[in-house]
Amino acid sequence: MRGQSGAFSPVRLGIYGFLLISAAFFLLPLYVMVVTSLKSMPEIREGNLLALPGAPSAAAWIKAWSTACTGLTCNGIQVGFWNSVTILVPSVAVSISVGAVTGYALSLWRPRGAALLFGILMSVAFVPYQVFLFPLVRMFSYVGLNSTLLGIIVIHTIFGLPTMTLIFRNYFASVPIELFKAARVDGAGFWRIFGSIMLPMAVPIIVVAMILQTTGIWNDFIFGLVFAGRENFPMTVQLNNIVNSTQGEREYNVDMAATMLTALVPLAVYFISGRWFVRGIAAGAVKG
Amino acid sequence: MRFNLRFVSGRIAAQVALLPAMLIALTVFCGATGWTVWISLTNSRMLPNTNFIGLRQYGSLFANERWIVSVQNLALFGALFIVISLALGFLLAVLIDQRVRAEDLLRSMFLYPFSMSFIVTGLAWRWILDPTLGISKLAHDLGFEAIQFDWLVRQDRVIFTLLAAGVWHAAGLVMAIMLAGLRGIDQEIWKATRIEGIPAWRTYLFVVLPMLKGSFATATILMATSVVRLYDLSVAMTNGGPGIASEVPAKFVMDNLFERQNIGLATAAATSMLVTVVAVVAPLLYWQSRSAERAAR
Repeated sequence: MRGQSGAFSPVRLGIYGFLLISAAFFLLPLYVMVVTSLKSMPEIREGNLLALPGAPSAAAWIKAWSTACTGLTCNGIQVGFWNSVTILVPSVAVSISVGAVTGYALSLWRPRGAALLFGILMSVAFVPYQVFLFPLVRMFSYVGLNSTLLGIIVIHTIFGLPTMTLIFRNYFASVPIELFKAARVDGAGFWRIFGSIMLPMAVPIIVVAMILQTTGIWNDFIFGLVFAGRENFPMTVQLNNIVNSTQGEREYNVDMAATMLTALVPLAVYFISGRWFVRGIAAGAVKG
Repeated sequence: MRFNLRFVSGRIAAQVALLPAMLIALTVFCGATGWTVWISLTNSRMLPNTNFIGLRQYGSLFANERWIVSVQNLALFGALFIVISLALGFLLAVLIDQRVRAEDLLRSMFLYPFSMSFIVTGLAWRWILDPTLGISKLAHDLGFEAIQFDWLVRQDRVIFTLLAAGVWHAAGLVMAIMLAGLRGIDQEIWKATRIEGIPAWRTYLFVVLPMLKGSFATATILMATSVVRLYDLSVAMTNGGPGIASEVPAKFVMDNLFERQNIGLATAAATSMLVTVVAVVAPLLYWQSRSAERAAR
């Protein structure tokens, strides 16, 4: 029931109670990760999962960053961090550019095959990636792209294409058509209209696209695993290797510090972007 | 004449600009799908060959215990994941919509898990549910000796630990979608039902809920897509174990493609996933577009 604010009734107490319990459930893993990462191993073995660290220490964070081992190499998760950055920046730029141009061409120019292309792209958004993986590996090794940085950038561009095309197409379709017609009458061509009229207007949707692609590509595991190659393994793959390939006793504090480090970039994007994040999901979710 | 030339060259430029997307759509999306389906009809093992054997790979696939367990896991996980996330997300959205204090803070606390990867989600929950040092030990130390919370290593319960992590990851997303839907509803409804003396919970259940059909469809489609792709979470949390108790179809395909060198079987599994997705998503999309049309009228 909306309204009646201020009145403290049992119902409102119940509402706040449920919301607070839910908030505790959602915050629990983050809290546990942080306190565990600041504890020493003897303290962790004592077993109070929820207790604050007796003597908070950043030792586990430093170890996770610079000396934790994946298999035989012990250079920490920083290797994965920089790999992820190297993959992220060009992948975000290229995938947004291709998506923006495709969406622009589809929405305003109605070229031949537009309906077919859009239909294919929209169907792909639901198809499990496993359907494409093997043929892609074969195609990529045929042209020498397998296990290369360029290869993984191309992969992120390919799989970003459906969502990127969709949000840009929808955005440009909402631009007043008179603007476009007037520019054409004035003799502006395809790229001129794109560069001087459409792109400057598209800043909000570019921000949305950047939020979507940054979190999506940073969080990717399967493409990095299959296409990036050992030298370029992104942070998520390195994290899983560090945690799941430990020999001997597990160091939970180091594991949790490495996990937190991997989560930091998307968390930062989320908290900085605020409501734009929701807008991004909504834009990517509304099909057609 | 010059004007006309420009006009035509614009159209040509548009066609050229579309080439990369066309190339990707036809070679990767259509071509790769066709290739995968074709391999699934051959007896390829490590390398693809052209020995057509009809549907025999599908026969051995559905006789494969690992695959059957994967499919059952996915069905159970998927159904519970979608229903629980929808229910929890809707409930949270309705409660947040009661003009509560600190709305923004609550919203960001519910939604932040969605920004994190499934690897991070899986590792965090695996540590919390660790049978020796996690929640279980905490309960023991607090005096609840009877609580044996070792679901992570129990074959018959492990899928519910994935479920907890999955709901934690996605419920906030449902909340955000539902809240946007609620805010879009005509406020006159509240006045009307108040005058009629209809209690709020009945209004939500019988008036508002049907109006949010489109939001429900959107949330369901998003979650159904991620259910079929479920892979990272299982890898990070249990790696399919204990035994094969938390295997999922996507992982079955990956293992057979890259470790077990049985690409015929892997592509048959991938094709089965594709067919299932088409069967589930097509009606949902139809439902969503119909409710969108109705809303537009």
